[in-house]
Amino acid sequence: MDTAPQTNGEPAISAEHLMRRFGNFTAVNDVSFRVQRGEIFGFLGPNGSGKTTVIKMLTGLLPLSGGQAYVEGLDVRTDSEAVRERIGYMSQNFSLYYDLTVTENLQFYGRIYSLEPARLKRRFEEIVQLNGLEPYLNHLASQLSGGWKQRLALGCAMLHEPKLLFLDEPTAGIDPVARRQLWDLLFELSGHGITFFVTTHYMDEAERCSHVAYIYYGKLIADGTPNSLRELPDVQPHGTLRVEITTPEVTRALRFARHLPGIRSATIFGQSIHALIEDRFNLDDLREQLLKNGIAVAEIRPLAPSLEDVFVELTYKHQAMLEAARA
Amino acid sequence: MRNFFRGFGAVFYKEVLHVRRDPATLFFSLVIPLLQMVVLGFGIDTNIRQINTIVFNADGRRESRELLDRLRNSDTFHIIRYVENDGDLNDAIIAGKARVGVKIPADYSDRLLHNMSAQVLVLIDGSDSSVAGQAINVTTAIGLDESLHRVLQDRASFAVDMRPKMLFNPDSRSPNFFLPGLTAILLLNVTTFLTAFSIVREKERGTLEQLFVTPVRPMGLLFGKLLPYLVIGFSELCLILTFMRFVFQVPIHGNVLVLAFLSLPYLFVSLSIGILVSSKANSQSEAIQLAFLTFLPSIFFSGYIFPRETMPVFFYVISYFIPASYYINITRGIILRGAGLSHLWLDGLALYAMGSILLLIAARRFQNKVIMA
Repeated sequence: MDTAPQTNGEPAISAEHLMRRFGNFTAVNDVSFRVQRGEIFGFLGPNGSGKTTVIKMLTGLLPLSGGQAYVEGLDVRTDSEAVRERIGYMSQNFSLYYDLTVTENLQFYGRIYSLEPARLKRRFEEIVQLNGLEPYLNHLASQLSGGWKQRLALGCAMLHEPKLLFLDEPTAGIDPVARRQLWDLLFELSGHGITFFVTTHYMDEAERCSHVAYIYYGKLIADGTPNSLRELPDVQPHGTLRVEITTPEVTRALRFARHLPGIRSATIFGQSIHALIEDRFNLDDLREQLLKNGIAVAEIRPLAPSLEDVFVELTYKHQAMLEAARA
Repeated sequence: MRNFFRGFGAVFYKEVLHVRRDPATLFFSLVIPLLQMVVLGFGIDTNIRQINTIVFNADGRRESRELLDRLRNSDTFHIIRYVENDGDLNDAIIAGKARVGVKIPADYSDRLLHNMSAQVLVLIDGSDSSVAGQAINVTTAIGLDESLHRVLQDRASFAVDMRPKMLFNPDSRSPNFFLPGLTAILLLNVTTFLTAFSIVREKERGTLEQLFVTPVRPMGLLFGKLLPYLVIGFSELCLILTFMRFVFQVPIHGNVLVLAFLSLPYLFVSLSIGILVSSKANSQSEAIQLAFLTFLPSIFFSGYIFPRETMPVFFYVISYFIPASYYINITRGIILRGAGLSHLWLDGLALYAMGSILLLIAARRFQNKVIMA
């Protein structure tokens, strides 16, 4: 799943030193990244950190205050109309016309992209089949459930066969089954060479992306494959080890673990504790110490950092850097 | 050029679907104005008649009763009660039971019979200026007439004989005066609301943002959205005119085609105001409030209710910037006075100029505020 980005050909998106200011406020500050063709690029960050602003700049909705952006090889500053012909966009609130039927919604977007009638008919059938919309063609969009609305919105966004699709929080507020099905569909399409730019809040979705980037208040603080991010020295400092301690008494164990010398950080994850420990620490010694203090330990095992761990570590690091710069 | 209006056809067709899908909105936007017409056309009578009047007749003889008969026969006064003292007369006016109080002194007949001047006290409630004005005019005229009658006996020998002749609306029918002006207000209402709503709804739903990521051009989008509502506005005009002619029996003296031709720019004005409202409003309730705000000047300073000529200079100047001023002049001109293009070309020109300018401003704002929001 975690394939290395293909480097053949020009990238689908190339953003160089993107800047966007709103008055005194810098919403996007010197952001650079590349998205290769066929990638599923996960763009993460807290609310208000500039994700949607970046999408708006890349789709030509917002002028850049500085930097350059090329989408499908076209300069978004001078060629925004040609860019819009080649991309699809699905916003977080499934921008559908609720008083129109599924068929009417699809046909409207087909006409907007000036598809020839024959091509519209062919694409219409393909999209209906791909998204399984057949039984709902004459339903009003308002009558569809969240998952089907999202499939219809995706269908509308890709009717004109874009090579690059922007999905802004595509799975916000839909049920887990529909979420899983959407991702299966994205993988299938990505297999056909379509590039996806996806923003999300779900860490498990981020793990599925072939390339992730994390934006924190306008600054890009992580960019790479999930595995390469896990191996970053900031995330996994030299001489440390990440372990999972499974115990029935997580809260007590956590309080105790935090005071042990050699444990850098510890957090509760359900019935276990994730801790970053110095690797001079023997796992058996750790178990010994916990047992001595009356804490039952089921298992201690090494653990690869999750993307959440990665983003948390990088955010701390970034904040520390900002404070150091201020001091 | 085709490129400039790209997406026009798709948007137009979609907008027609919206209207067809929601016949209730269409029905109400067409029928409610007609209901307003009925209310205003039948309910409002600008002619002041049958003013409640209270009388203290301290004289009571034949001459005084003749005077009261003349007041009653003028159709302006309706005598509701007779009282026996000044206090009751005053109280009735203060309580609002009567607008006019007439006191005929005890020596009224005596003085007349002795060829002396007799005084009649007429108390008028000034809290409604049009009622008060009418009461003053009619009582003065009756007094003058009564005096002349006594002096001259014969009307034929009046030195100056004024013969007023009312043109165009000889019976002073209120609907004739009110409805052509109301047409302007109703058209403004319907088209502004429909346009503003159709854009604000897409803003609320987020579909507008979606459209801007497609190759549709702003002007294609704008005109695709406007055209259906232009058609609806025009149908509304036809309905109003039909209603005016056949239900209210207001004769249309001029050429209906000229009226249609001069209504076009006015509709553009209303549509543009709708766009301007939608560029400011983020929800339908905001749009309603803003739209009402834009209606007020059109109602008060356009000559629809109060004649423009009697306004203070400041408001008179303002009225020149209100499109409804010109359109009301056009509707009254064509419908009541049988005016043609040769009489109304200046108003038509003003409307075409205002329509074009407003549409340009609206299109720019649409592009800057709505798209780049």
